[in-house]
Amino acid sequence: MARLTKETLLDWYRQMVLIRQFETRCDELYQNKTITGVYMHLYSGHEATGVGALAALGPEDHVITAYRDHGHALIRGVHPNPIMAEMMGKKTGVSGGKGGSMHIASRQHNMWGGYAIVGGHLPLAAGIAFASQYNDRPEVTISFIGDGASNNGYFHEALNMSGVWKLPVVWIIENNFVAMGTRIEDSTAQTELHNRAIGYGIRDGGRIDGQDVFAVYDSVSEAVKYAREGNGPVLIESITYRYKGHGVSDKTYDKRFADELAEWRDNKDPIELLRRQLQKKFKNIDPELAKIDAACQAAVDEATEYAINSPDPTYEDLISNVYVEE
Amino acid sequence: MAAKNIPMREALRNALREEMLRDERVFVMGQEVGVWQGTHRVTQGLLEEFGPKRIKDTPISEMAIAGLAVGAAMAGLRPVAEMMTINFAFLALDAIVNHAAKIHYMFDGQFRVPLVIRAASGWGNQATATHSHTPEPIFAHFPGMWVATPSNASDAYGMLKASIRSENPVLFSESIALYSRPAPVVTDDPDFVLPIGKGEIKREGKHVTLVAYARGVEWSLQAAAELAKEGIEAEVVDLRWLRPLDIDLVLESFKKTNHCVVVEESLPMYSFGSEIAAQIQDKGFDYMDAPVKRVSAMDVPLPFAKDIELMALPNAQKVIDAVKEIL
Ligand SMILES: Cc1ncc(C[n+]2csc(CCOP(=O)(O)OP(=O)(O)O)c2C)c(N)n1
Repeated sequence: MARLTKETLLDWYRQMVLIRQFETRCDELYQNKTITGVYMHLYSGHEATGVGALAALGPEDHVITAYRDHGHALIRGVHPNPIMAEMMGKKTGVSGGKGGSMHIASRQHNMWGGYAIVGGHLPLAAGIAFASQYNDRPEVTISFIGDGASNNGYFHEALNMSGVWKLPVVWIIENNFVAMGTRIEDSTAQTELHNRAIGYGIRDGGRIDGQDVFAVYDSVSEAVKYAREGNGPVLIESITYRYKGHGVSDKTYDKRFADELAEWRDNKDPIELLRRQLQKKFKNIDPELAKIDAACQAAVDEATEYAINSPDPTYEDLISNVYVEE
Repeated sequence: MAAKNIPMREALRNALREEMLRDERVFVMGQEVGVWQGTHRVTQGLLEEFGPKRIKDTPISEMAIAGLAVGAAMAGLRPVAEMMTINFAFLALDAIVNHAAKIHYMFDGQFRVPLVIRAASGWGNQATATHSHTPEPIFAHFPGMWVATPSNASDAYGMLKASIRSENPVLFSESIALYSRPAPVVTDDPDFVLPIGKGEIKREGKHVTLVAYARGVEWSLQAAAELAKEGIEAEVVDLRWLRPLDIDLVLESFKKTNHCVVVEESLPMYSFGSEIAAQIQDKGFDYMDAPVKRVSAMDVPLPFAKDIELMALPNAQKVIDAVKEIL
C-alpha cells in the first residue's frame, strides 16, 4: 500500500464502486424487463479480485474470462455505455447486440471476451499467451476461471500445455465455493485449488484473500512479473464470494446460503474494506469518496440512457460477420 | 386408461421415477440434478426419494459424465446421464460418438451400452450462439445409437421409458420450449412404453404432408390449423425419433398428398430436412408433384438481440408460406 499513490487507490475504489453500481442497475433493469434473456451473471462481491489482479497489467497485456464478465470489462476501461447497450442487445453494444451479457469483448482494450461454455476460454488464453511468446512480445495474459470450471477437461489440457510451453499466462481461479448450485466440496476432491499447480508442474501462486484488493494486487503482480520474465505460468486461487444467485434465473441461492452470505456482505465486503483502509490512511477522505460514488452513479445513469436510446440491430446485422469476406 | 394433464417436465420425471422403481440398475447423473433439483426441474424431488446413491450430482465434467456412463452401462448398470443443455454435449461428443455408439459393434456384440443421455435443447430465449443449438441431427448421423425427439408430454413419457429399457444407447433430446406445455399423460400404466422408431400422424390431411419432430410439430400443427381455414388440409407426421427413422410413415403420407414440407428447429445445411427430401425423391419419386420444401432455422449463428434472433427462427407462418409456395 505504501508504494501506491493516492490517485491509484482512489481509482481502484472508483472501479469497484462502478462495477457494483453498474450491476445493481443491471439487476433492476432485468427485473423491469429492460434487459431480457435468460442469462446474466453478476460479479458483485468479487470486485477486489478483478480490480487487484488487473491493476497488475498494462494496456498491452491481455485479459480473458468466463460469462461473469461485466466487471472485468469495466476494469479494463471499456466504457459503460457500450457494455450496457450490449446487455440490452443494442446495435451500439460492444458486440453489436449479438453477444449479450455473457460475451463482453473489446479488442482495443485487449479484453478478449467473456465465454459461456465453461472452461472453453482457457485454451484460448493459452493461445493468446502463445502468440505473445511466438512474437517475442513481453506481454502477459490473465485468465479468470471459476472454481467449477477447474473440473472441466479444458482446464486440465490448457494448464498442462501452458506449463510445458512455459506460456506467459497467469491463471486466476475466483473461488466463490459454488458452481451454480454445487458446493465445491461436492464436486472437487482437492478443494484447495491452487494445489493443482503442483500436478501441472507450474508455479503455485497460493491461495489469496480475494476480498482484499491489496493482497490480490501483490500476489498477481509477482505472478505477472514471473510470467513476463519467461518463467512460465502461475496458478492463483483467490477466495471470494458471490452476492447474487448464479444468474438471474437462480431463485434459491439467497435463501440457501443466507447466513454465509450475510457474513460475507457484512464483514468482508471488498468495497467496504477498501473504504475503511482509505479512511484510515487519508484524513477527511469521505467527501472525495462521496464524489466518486456520485460520479459512478452518473456514469451508470448515462449508460442506461445511452443503451435505452440506442437502435436495435437489424436483419443486416443478423447476417453480417458470419464469415470474414473473402 | 386414466390420464392427467401435466407438463412435459413432470411427465419426464414420472418416467424416470417409475423406471427407477422398476429397475434397481437405473441411476441418474448430471450437473445439478440432485441438490439443485435439476436445471429444468425434471429431476425435482428425486434426490429426496432415491438418495445420493442413485441421484448423482457431478462436477462440470461432460467428458467424464458421458464416458463414465458408457463404462457403467457396459458393466451392467442403466445410467440416465443428463447434459444440462445439449450444447454441452459437444464436450462429450467423443465419448458419445466414439464409445457409446461404437462399442457394441466394435467388440462384435460382447458389450452392450444401455445408456440414455438426456439433454435440454433449443433456442428462442436469447441464449446466444453457443447456447442455442439443436444439433440432434448430428447425433443421428452416427449409426450405433438412437435419437429420441419427443414433441409432447405423453410422447416424452413413453419414449423415455422406451429409451431406458432399450439395450442400445439413446440420445434423448428435450425441447426447452416444450417443458412447460401440458398434455394428457397416462397415470395408471407404468408399462406405457412407446415403440422405438415409430412416428405418429398428429393430424390427418390430404393436400400436403408436414414432416416434423419435437418443436417442429407444434409449428406444423399451428400452421395446419390456419391452413384448414383456407381449405388446405395438411397432414402432420411427427417422426418422434430421428433414429430409427420412420420413413415408411412419411412415404405413406406422401403417396396420398404428393406434397411435402419438412419442418425443423435445426439448421438447414446437411440436415434432417435434407435427409427426408433425399429419401422422398429416392423412394417416392413417382408421387412427387412439387419439390420438397424445408423450413428450418436460418443458416446463421444465433444472436442475443431478441428481434433478430426471432427472425432467424422457424415459426408457423414460415410453414404456411412454404406450403403455399408448393400448392
Ligand atoms: C461446458 C459447460 N457445462 C455446463 C455449463 C452450465 N454452467 C454455466 S455456469 C456453470 C457453473 C460454473 O461455475 P464456476 O466455474 O464456479 O463459475 P462461477 O459461476 O462461480 O463464476 C455451469 C455448470 C456451461 N455453460 N458449460
